[in-house]
Amino acid sequence: MSLTGYEVEVERRGSAGLTTEEMTLNMGPQHPSTHGVLRFVVKADGEVMIEAIPDVGYLHRSIEKIAEKVGYHGFMPYTDRVDYIAAMFCNQGWGMVCERLAGIEVPKRGEYCRVIAAEFNRIASHLLSVGTMVLDIGAATPFFHAFRERERINDLLEELCGARLTYNYMRIGGVAWDLPPGFAEKSLAFLDQFEPLLDEFNDLITLNKLYIERVADVAVISAEEAINYNLVGPNLRGSGVKYDVRCDLAYSVYPELEFDVPVGCGEEGTVGDCFDRYIVRIREIKESVKILRQCFKQMPDGPVIAKVPRKFKPPAGDAYVRVESARGDMGWYAVSDGTEFPYRCRIRTGSFSGISIVDKVSRGLMLADLVAVIASLDIVAPEIDR
Amino acid sequence: MDAAAIHQRLKARFEDHVGDCDTAAKDPSIMVSPAAIVLVCQFLKDEPDLAFDALSNESGVDYKAKNVIEVVYHLYSYGHRHSIVLKVDAPRDNPVIPTVEHVWKAANWLEREIYDLLGVTFEGHTDLRRLLLPEDWVGHPLRKDYVEPEEYHGISTRRESLLK
Repeated sequence: MSLTGYEVEVERRGSAGLTTEEMTLNMGPQHPSTHGVLRFVVKADGEVMIEAIPDVGYLHRSIEKIAEKVGYHGFMPYTDRVDYIAAMFCNQGWGMVCERLAGIEVPKRGEYCRVIAAEFNRIASHLLSVGTMVLDIGAATPFFHAFRERERINDLLEELCGARLTYNYMRIGGVAWDLPPGFAEKSLAFLDQFEPLLDEFNDLITLNKLYIERVADVAVISAEEAINYNLVGPNLRGSGVKYDVRCDLAYSVYPELEFDVPVGCGEEGTVGDCFDRYIVRIREIKESVKILRQCFKQMPDGPVIAKVPRKFKPPAGDAYVRVESARGDMGWYAVSDGTEFPYRCRIRTGSFSGISIVDKVSRGLMLADLVAVIASLDIVAPEIDR
Repeated sequence: MDAAAIHQRLKARFEDHVGDCDTAAKDPSIMVSPAAIVLVCQFLKDEPDLAFDALSNESGVDYKAKNVIEVVYHLYSYGHRHSIVLKVDAPRDNPVIPTVEHVWKAANWLEREIYDLLGVTFEGHTDLRRLLLPEDWVGHPLRKDYVEPEEYHGISTRRESLLK
């Protein structure tokens, strides 16, 4: 039901002498569709939301303060906890900002190891995102298809670094270990199997008429609005802005790799609706597969980590780096005062920007669409609270 | 456009309100006086050749030795693919800086977080409440002289060392 339909209904009731009353509902903090501990205070008139105010902070672990106490090397495992769905990017962000502060160059093979780990993690994160999105909306089967594949990526990453979620794989100056023997063959075998399964997934749910009707034209975010609220990554590209940190501010070895940047084009409704944000992620999975194949093909031999002193003391100053995480442009700002401990570390994540627009877009939507909005923005609560 | 050119544009328009440009830094930054920050931001957003349409990040840093709290703005232009860093200093004992929420909506939540963790008051902000910490929390943890409370509502924050 659109807002206009709702207004017609209010008018009809009003002329019949009936009045409606606002309800305040509490959604969360423990709710299956909030993807973490996150609460919404929803004011609703019947089924229509008047406002949905997010209440965050339940997962605040003061990670930025911890950085000031544990030193540069010691902070690496903590970065995993910033976004445990896509921890590789947090590793990479912290590594990159430290390298930028100290002027360290990562060896070529180290960069390739990073990209391989990161792109596998991107696929795993997007699978979780699209899988839980359809689950939230009411389709349970595709969720299991997505998670089955994600588990296999977790197996591969476990082989790579010994952990399934909190990897702690990267180091300042490179990565902890080279790829284990046989990793490339196993990965390529997985990719060969996985690609057709993605088409199967699309047949199962993406092109399903019921699903499309549920998400198309819902919560449309225009390109100007997306930029004004600083939406990043798939959320920004879903609104039709062709911007990807990997291409536009090329870092690591991404300039040597060929891939496309999918953007939302409103194929099932309006540009920037929930469907566009969803389909961008599906297409990015395909691009990541492309990147991975190239990496395994053109990866050079050599060391995987640069020489970095154990007592790491970057010169005083500040630096800001952007990493294209699974949830988009992740900003890492670090200030050094020349000692072994970072003076300040600040992390601006994709979900933080995403959640701030929820109240704006959910006004006038049906209550049941709120889960679609949250899921389509790929909100991950620990990333907001840090 | 590079930082030096942007600095020149700002200097010509705002004169004394715009301080030095640190071009030697990793990310060149421009000092701006708190009184002019909103106008400077609006100018950077509106001028067609600058067009900074996004506030990528806003952070607060407590420089206790200098007795200031610095708010750092990382701006980005999607049209021109260029970026700039602005810095504003406020006194530690009463940090008040006008909000840029009306220039970029993204500032709303970013400033709420800085208010919460560093205690900077953003003048004119429409919803300046704590964001991450509970409303009854005392103090601002990212300040350098912050002392962790012994307990919160009867929950102890101390833990015995495991190494004994």
